[in-house]
Amino acid sequence: MWNRIFALMIKEFHSIWRDPRSRALIFLPPLVQLCIFAFAATMEVKNIDMVIWDQDKTYYSRELSERFQNSVWFRKIYYVQDESHFLRLLESQKVMMGMNIQNNFSRNIKASKKAEVQLIFDGRQTNVSQILSGYATEIVNQYQKDVFLSGFNDLPRVDIRTRNWFNTSLMYLHYTVVSLVATLAMIAGTILTALSVAREREIGTFDQLIVSPLRPFEILIGKTIPPLVIATIIATFMLLMAVFAFGIPFSGSLWLFYLSTLVFLLSIVGIGLFVSSLCKTQQQAILGSFIFQMPAMLMSGYIAPIENMPVFFQYLTYANPIRFYLVIVKGLFFKNMPWNVVFENLAPMFVMALIMLYCAYWVFKRNLD
Amino acid sequence: MGLLLPSCGEVKTLGVNPCEQKDFINQNIGYMPQKFGLYEDLTVMENLDLYADLKGLSQDHKDKSFKTLLNFTGLGEFISRLAGDLSGGMKQKLGLACSLLGRPGFLVLDEPSVGVDPISRRELLRMVQDLCDEGMTILWSTAYLDEAEKFSSCVLLNEGKLLYQGAPQDLTSKLEGRTFFAYAKDGKNRALLKQIIKDGDGLTDAVIQADSVRVVLDRGIQKYENLDLQPTTPRFEDAVIDILGGCPKGESSLSHNLQIVDDASEYVIEADALVKRYGSFYAVKNNTFKVKKGEIFGLLGPNGAGKSTSFKMLCGLVTPTSGTARIMGLDIQKNLSKARSYLGYMAQKFSLFGGLSVMQNLKFFSGIYGLNIWEQRDKINQMVDIFDLKPYLGHNADELPLGFKQRLALSCALMHNPPILFLDEPTSGVDPLTRRDFWNHINTLVEKGVTVMVTTHFMDEAEYCDRISLFYRGEAIETGTPSELKNKVSKDCTMEEAFIALIEKYDRQKIQRMPA
Repeated sequence: MWNRIFALMIKEFHSIWRDPRSRALIFLPPLVQLCIFAFAATMEVKNIDMVIWDQDKTYYSRELSERFQNSVWFRKIYYVQDESHFLRLLESQKVMMGMNIQNNFSRNIKASKKAEVQLIFDGRQTNVSQILSGYATEIVNQYQKDVFLSGFNDLPRVDIRTRNWFNTSLMYLHYTVVSLVATLAMIAGTILTALSVAREREIGTFDQLIVSPLRPFEILIGKTIPPLVIATIIATFMLLMAVFAFGIPFSGSLWLFYLSTLVFLLSIVGIGLFVSSLCKTQQQAILGSFIFQMPAMLMSGYIAPIENMPVFFQYLTYANPIRFYLVIVKGLFFKNMPWNVVFENLAPMFVMALIMLYCAYWVFKRNLD
Repeated sequence: MGLLLPSCGEVKTLGVNPCEQKDFINQNIGYMPQKFGLYEDLTVMENLDLYADLKGLSQDHKDKSFKTLLNFTGLGEFISRLAGDLSGGMKQKLGLACSLLGRPGFLVLDEPSVGVDPISRRELLRMVQDLCDEGMTILWSTAYLDEAEKFSSCVLLNEGKLLYQGAPQDLTSKLEGRTFFAYAKDGKNRALLKQIIKDGDGLTDAVIQADSVRVVLDRGIQKYENLDLQPTTPRFEDAVIDILGGCPKGESSLSHNLQIVDDASEYVIEADALVKRYGSFYAVKNNTFKVKKGEIFGLLGPNGAGKSTSFKMLCGLVTPTSGTARIMGLDIQKNLSKARSYLGYMAQKFSLFGGLSVMQNLKFFSGIYGLNIWEQRDKINQMVDIFDLKPYLGHNADELPLGFKQRLALSCALMHNPPILFLDEPTSGVDPLTRRDFWNHINTLVEKGVTVMVTTHFMDEAEYCDRISLFYRGEAIETGTPSELKNKVSKDCTMEEAFIALIEKYDRQKIQRMPA
């Protein structure tokens, strides 16, 4: 029996390797995506333009404006003298935010009363304005503290100091590159498996496999292992890139990393096999794997936090292996995640893998009809 | 046509250079490529409409030509059917109809009869004949010599060289007096054929035709090794083989290398009341037959008659709705893996892994049949010797010439010394010499006790069978030796005529049996 499975596996490797398209499918996406995600698709907010309408025109208001001017986040600051200019700049999307300083600003500070500034953000770009408001609040808070220290405005306050653990300097690149380990392994895993059965069905060799003494579960094993190995190699490549090219420290256990990668890929390959056992052509197989990949990515917690989703969708994410794998990979990279936490996230993936492989096997067997 | 530029030389189509005056050519030529680009998700009518618009026909003109074309092709009652649901023959007719839009003066048909059963093929030929009579010029390319025989003039090409140009009859008539039937005294035509081609002196061609061997002798030779020869009229195929330098001679090297299959059971393939139903449609109704050891059994029938489904049930690719299929006495549903290890399977398109090299294909197939590394090496070496695959070992299977692809497919199917060989349309689209070579190998296998089951709608292949089961509408309507089937129709009809006559007879009886 192992002879037969071995022959099938060797053949799978050969046919993936000798087909230039499959070969490109293995090497191109990791490199391209690495470049895109690492350098272009950043969610950091920089180079923002803003408008300031300073009606106070005193030392205090200028001091506040200057702090915006000097921060790294803002590129150009327009100073306007009237409301219509202020609104026009915001409306035409020339600026993402506006600050309106009332003319009683310095008077209130000196009188130790509540002084107000109005910050206006362009809600059309939800994400950016949220992040901007964070930056702006920080600048204003710092200003407030300094003013307080200089003797004015004796309102009691709590001093908040934020420290970001695990990714101390909030390097966005660290987050994306580490997540790429998971997403690229997933893409390669699904597509390679989905194609492998569909291709044979298209050229008619699948019948040839079926009439051979290979049993359905032997075909399943022979078809599972090669994509598993290749996707593991891709994950390893991404791991090495993350550590050596991007200088991201890997703080956890490599054994746990590979164990969870294997379990994760097993579930992914199971899904790929399931997709491909439903498809007749390679085209269908590729479309089929996209149908899985897009929602899986969106609901993995990589793009939107799972906690923000409606409850129903939160439950749905439990069926998504990449959700758990992302937790493990990030945990192993950034915080030396202990084995018991890894296993907590490993268990659901393992269940998924068993279910998907069984489904694939079942469809496989039924397909003989 | 102007689709391919010549490296040198000049082409003139309808008096103009097709590469320079594309518009003129497109307006005046009807072209039907090998696989006509029918849109399978559109209906017959929508396809016609689309091609008429592409040709730029006016509405008035369109209505008129649709009517005549639908009449002409007999597709009138299927206009709302999806093109994808048509049979192979009807697809070709629709393709023909589409290429006839705009009444071209010159019609180019590229292998229009591939994948078309004899009945549809005859209709296609008749339609083309009608067009000819109306004054249209038609170029029909084909690998089937019995088709070429029917045309008024032919151009014979081999390996890029022109071998003959002129009327097929002129070529055929040169062989007058050189064609014979030889009969074996003990009825063993395969042994006789083997003996005839073994030395091959003075022999041009020898093929099995039903219970005799058709022999073509070299010019000037009248007698052949104390054979009892009955003269017969020459065919175009005889003449072509003559031009090509005669059939492959000598013994198939398989004969020395293959173990003799030894098994007690008399019937190695048994179909017992096999039924396959898809919804309310019976693909196969109550099919029962037995195949003896060392027999070539043919499943013959038009497209969609259920022969492929029966075939697939017997090798376990399709689960029967009811009934049992037995291989070497084993119920295939119960002992799938074991039963399959007795089977060698060669599918229609050879089903090789095109992206893998010849060696990798051989290794793979020997591996999945459970040979260990040493057995694999021996067996592969043996196959490479027998089928002369040595120069191609590193080539991708896709790049092989057709004949070698076929050899490779056969050697892959024989890796595990199967006592039973399943061949699904093994030589469709293959040239006559390669076909002879292939059947020599098969004959040798059968001599050694291998049982062969073959599906075909190719009449030449049917002649090689010991027994044939004629399939039509899911039922086996006749079973018998090729000559028995022919004799049911008339004394000296061809296999194709017998095939068509038997099916028509069945249809007539069916109508009579139906209540008024």
